Amino acid sequence: MKRTAALVAVLALLGVTTWLVWPSAPDARGQDQMITVVDGPADDQRVQIDTTFYPPAGADKAPAVLLAHGFGGSKRSVSEQAERLAGSGYAVLTWSARGFGRSGGEIALNSADYEVKDVKQLIDWLAKRPEVALDGSGDPRVGIAGGSYGGAIALMTAAHDARVDAIVPQITWSDLADALFPDATGQGPANGVFKRMWAGIFFGRGGAGVPQGLEALTERPEPLTAEQARCGRFLPAICEIYQEVAKTGKATPEAIELLRKSSPVSVAGRIKAPTLLIQGQRDSLFPLDHADANAKAIAAAGTPVSLAWFDGGHDGGDGEAEWLYEQTAAWFDHYLKNAGATAPQAATTPAGTGTTAETAAGTPVSAFTVTRDGGRDPGTRQRIRLHPEATAYPGLGGTDVTDVPLAGPEQHVVNPPGGSPASISTVPGVGSLLGGGSGQSGMSVSLDMPGQSAAFESAPLTEPLQLTGSPTARIKVSGSGEVTLFAKLFDVPDSMQPPTLPAGLVAPLRVTIPEDAGSAEVTVTLPAVDHRFEIGHRLRLVVATTDMGYATPAEPASYRVALASPTVSVPTVATLAAPPAGIAWWVWAMPLAALLVAAAVLATGRRRPAPASVEAGTSPDAVASSAAEAGAPVPAGAAEVPLDIRGLSKAYRNGEPAVDGLSFRVEQGQVLGLLGPNGAGKTTTMRMMMGLIHPDGGEIRIFGEPVTPGAPVLSRLGSFVEGPGFLPHLSGRDNLELYWAATGRPAADARFDEALEIAGLGTALERAVRTYSQGMRQRLAIAQAMLGLPDLLVLDEPTNGLDPPQIREMREVLKRYARDGRTVIVSSHLLAEVEQTCTHVVVMQRGRLVSAGPVSALLSSAATGNGHGPRLEDVFLDLIGEKA
Amino acid sequence: MTAATGYSPRRTLPLRVEIVRQFKRRRTLGMFGLLLALPWILVIAFQLGPDGFGDQSSLRISDLATASGLNFAAFALSVSASFLLVVAVALFCGDTVASEANWSSLRYLLAAPVPRDRLLRQKLVVALGYSAAAVISLPLMALLAGTLAFGWADIQVPGTGETIPALDVLPRFGIVIGYAMVSQLVVAALAFLISTMTDSPLGAVGGAVGLWIVCTILQAVEALGALREFLPTFWNNAWIDALAPELDWSGMAKGASVSITYAAILIAIAFRRFRSKDVVS
Repeated sequence: MKRTAALVAVLALLGVTTWLVWPSAPDARGQDQMITVVDGPADDQRVQIDTTFYPPAGADKAPAVLLAHGFGGSKRSVSEQAERLAGSGYAVLTWSARGFGRSGGEIALNSADYEVKDVKQLIDWLAKRPEVALDGSGDPRVGIAGGSYGGAIALMTAAHDARVDAIVPQITWSDLADALFPDATGQGPANGVFKRMWAGIFFGRGGAGVPQGLEALTERPEPLTAEQARCGRFLPAICEIYQEVAKTGKATPEAIELLRKSSPVSVAGRIKAPTLLIQGQRDSLFPLDHADANAKAIAAAGTPVSLAWFDGGHDGGDGEAEWLYEQTAAWFDHYLKNAGATAPQAATTPAGTGTTAETAAGTPVSAFTVTRDGGRDPGTRQRIRLHPEATAYPGLGGTDVTDVPLAGPEQHVVNPPGGSPASISTVPGVGSLLGGGSGQSGMSVSLDMPGQSAAFESAPLTEPLQLTGSPTARIKVSGSGEVTLFAKLFDVPDSMQPPTLPAGLVAPLRVTIPEDAGSAEVTVTLPAVDHRFEIGHRLRLVVATTDMGYATPAEPASYRVALASPTVSVPTVATLAAPPAGIAWWVWAMPLAALLVAAAVLATGRRRPAPASVEAGTSPDAVASSAAEAGAPVPAGAAEVPLDIRGLSKAYRNGEPAVDGLSFRVEQGQVLGLLGPNGAGKTTTMRMMMGLIHPDGGEIRIFGEPVTPGAPVLSRLGSFVEGPGFLPHLSGRDNLELYWAATGRPAADARFDEALEIAGLGTALERAVRTYSQGMRQRLAIAQAMLGLPDLLVLDEPTNGLDPPQIREMREVLKRYARDGRTVIVSSHLLAEVEQTCTHVVVMQRGRLVSAGPVSALLSSAATGNGHGPRLEDVFLDLIGEKA
Repeated sequence: MTAATGYSPRRTLPLRVEIVRQFKRRRTLGMFGLLLALPWILVIAFQLGPDGFGDQSSLRISDLATASGLNFAAFALSVSASFLLVVAVALFCGDTVASEANWSSLRYLLAAPVPRDRLLRQKLVVALGYSAAAVISLPLMALLAGTLAFGWADIQVPGTGETIPALDVLPRFGIVIGYAMVSQLVVAALAFLISTMTDSPLGAVGGAVGLWIVCTILQAVEALGALREFLPTFWNNAWIDALAPELDWSGMAKGASVSITYAAILIAIAFRRFRSKDVVS
């Protein structure tokens, strides 16, 4: 059994080790290469593009993936992802966009005349590679993925080049003009509020090789020339326009036209490549409504689109790199590896679930997926994320709308002179530096300045509200002129915890109050977020005059803000169903299984089978007393026989017999001496009498009852075997009393007084047993054996450690004990003792019975007639063959 | 007459007797003394410590300990659950049979006779009772000591700094203690199993604690991934979820599941082995 267990353990260890050290697929190696492209409005500019090509793992022709980098990055930013994709069987090409890294040219913001032309020529290059699978001559099977700036180029290229078969743009824009000049009243960028800080960071990164992330803090940038310092590597035309709008904070028509040229919004309807849009929930640069606009434009053309809102974006969040990779790989696996997987899936989905249901049908990623906080993993203490999915994308208006009543009087707000101090909602560029580990429910840095904001609050919610999309509210602004405001919707838990601003997003708006009216009402589209308002929380609509991230008027002014409609409309998406989270199946299955196993363990190991046949007759010298009739079942009156042993045998663990075919019988009233040299099996026999050891064969009956562990008949047996056993911390009296209490018998039956008299301990009885001498313990143990005056008393070496008077006394006690019709079995080395105490003896040697009978008979049989009678010692030595 | 008058197997070794037998031991009293004194030692340590060190600026459980009695009790539990309570439980459950074997009193109990299954059952019940008392007494005393020393206030959640009203958190504290007991079932069962196999009480205690340490070390091997969830120690601190603003059962459910699974099997093995064992001590 031990060996089996050890074997299982070793095998398990081997298995785990093998699994751990099993070699994984080798890393793909990239090949660096400069590719010359020709671009410009007139196709006359030659530019060197710095690329790295990662051949696919495996020998076959594989589909290709172009991996684009974000603004300020280079091809090196995506090398890790490229290696991984190459490892899963794609030919991957990464490149530094023009104006970045070692590539030549200037930044044209993903213009159709520059960057798009570059990428088209990279696709041409891919078509010539022997590793790349082709759809047709010069038409490689190719997908494009990238984030932010790289996401936009994916969209722009797919719109301009029909050879692109699938794209996965991430955290990117739909309309760059709208991103930099947002307006929550829906009047477009011309009326928008300049997103000053983000724009500054965005254009600032166009400088030469600005390091990103933490490197930005530690790496010292190269000194810049005057021209570089002014415009970085931007195309001069773009540089000029940026400087113009940054100065005024107003979008000029030229600026809007230029930015729109670089925006997918103008061309998204031409995209035929299935598109997976992944947008960050923590993104104040390109918020979720940009993905919404892209998705709608692409879906309108009948192209399959899926949309995912993940925990990340330009403001930080978790990033979910692993999940994003899985989604991207699933998208490409479906549309690039599984050929012809474009149309036929539509038949398998339920019809008419929404406007985009048809296009989303059969996509490898659900039409709409939202990352939500799943609390903390109890084991790892890490935040876990759930990904509920919907089969159709409902848009930012949701599938349902809950109108939450708001209350609050008209309030005065002021615009401070110079727009400072400004309220804080998100600090652009800082979120990603801080690692953004706070997740969706993390603390927000939002801060409102006193006197600059009006607040309208709901009653505590009576049920949780899951906002998914853009809430809308209608406000009335009184004052004069052009008013710049910032609307935000807070989650207010209770008085003890600070309010949170979901995703740190605000909706800037510019309201122009007509000269004669004195007030204007506007509908404000609040930022699109996915946020759960818990029971008891309040919604608080705050309208502020300043926000640090935006350009605000320097003129001091005062307005009044009131609710024009007493509710805020909160969109919800009922169809978003989380994959069944619940409790893992093993949580309930495992204990149940364990209980079954436990029951089986107990049931199968019930008990050792009772020794089957009694083989007393096989032992020729197994005749103990006159009445011993071998083989008889249970003779009449057996219940009166205190001890009947038949064919008893027991082997040591090493197989050597300790007791071997022992049979004898003790009658009532006898004092039996059990004699034998050391190792004769006396103690083993006694232990078997007490049910402590299971016999290998044979049977012991006490008063006619077979002895098994815990057999009730043992209650008639008093025993003292191999030394005393007491609880050392308790007194002698407590030991005896608790022992008796443990037998469960009435205290009156114990006959404590008689037993204690035998022990003769006097006042020592009240001391802890650990202070006793060996003789005292011995006497206490014998007293314990005699508690309740058992019908059969078994004593092993009772006189050890006693002094001669005590030995003499013990002798009398035993004699007296048997005289009352009880039976005593004593084992001893002291043959003289036995001779004087016992009526009968049983002599054992090497586990076998040597002789049995009355002491007198034993002595007389050995009578030699040499003057005096034989001593027991002589007989004993004669019997065990030690006599010279 | 098969048994002595007044003998009934179902009356042998009453729980009361076993409780008394164990209670007067120095080991038992010493362990309880330590568990009850520890909160006071911690209070003194916090009082002696330099004032204002990192005051409220960080939200670690140790820094919040002095915020209120409840916070202090949570802290006391968190520092003791991973080792001290394990040792206490291993002591009570690992010592119970092995020490009887060591004193040779086991054979007299068995020959009394206390049926073997019953002996194990009664001893297990009493040992678990003492273990439960140990697990309960420490946080309760910490609550008392902390309240006297730092006052009665709402609990501040470690990590997030959110506040939960004191009255809301008291039932949660019951959950914490209950879960701490359930999660120690593995230690109890393992110690008990070893206890039935050896004559050395400290061997049983040490064996259980040793395996616990090995599990804790394995738990640090991130490469094992999800397999670690099935280590008996993995969910040891899941009770922290009960003090979070939103009560999360999933971790405690998993922990209880793992704990009960191991405990059921280990205890079944203990009974099976002991039933057929030759008692030679």
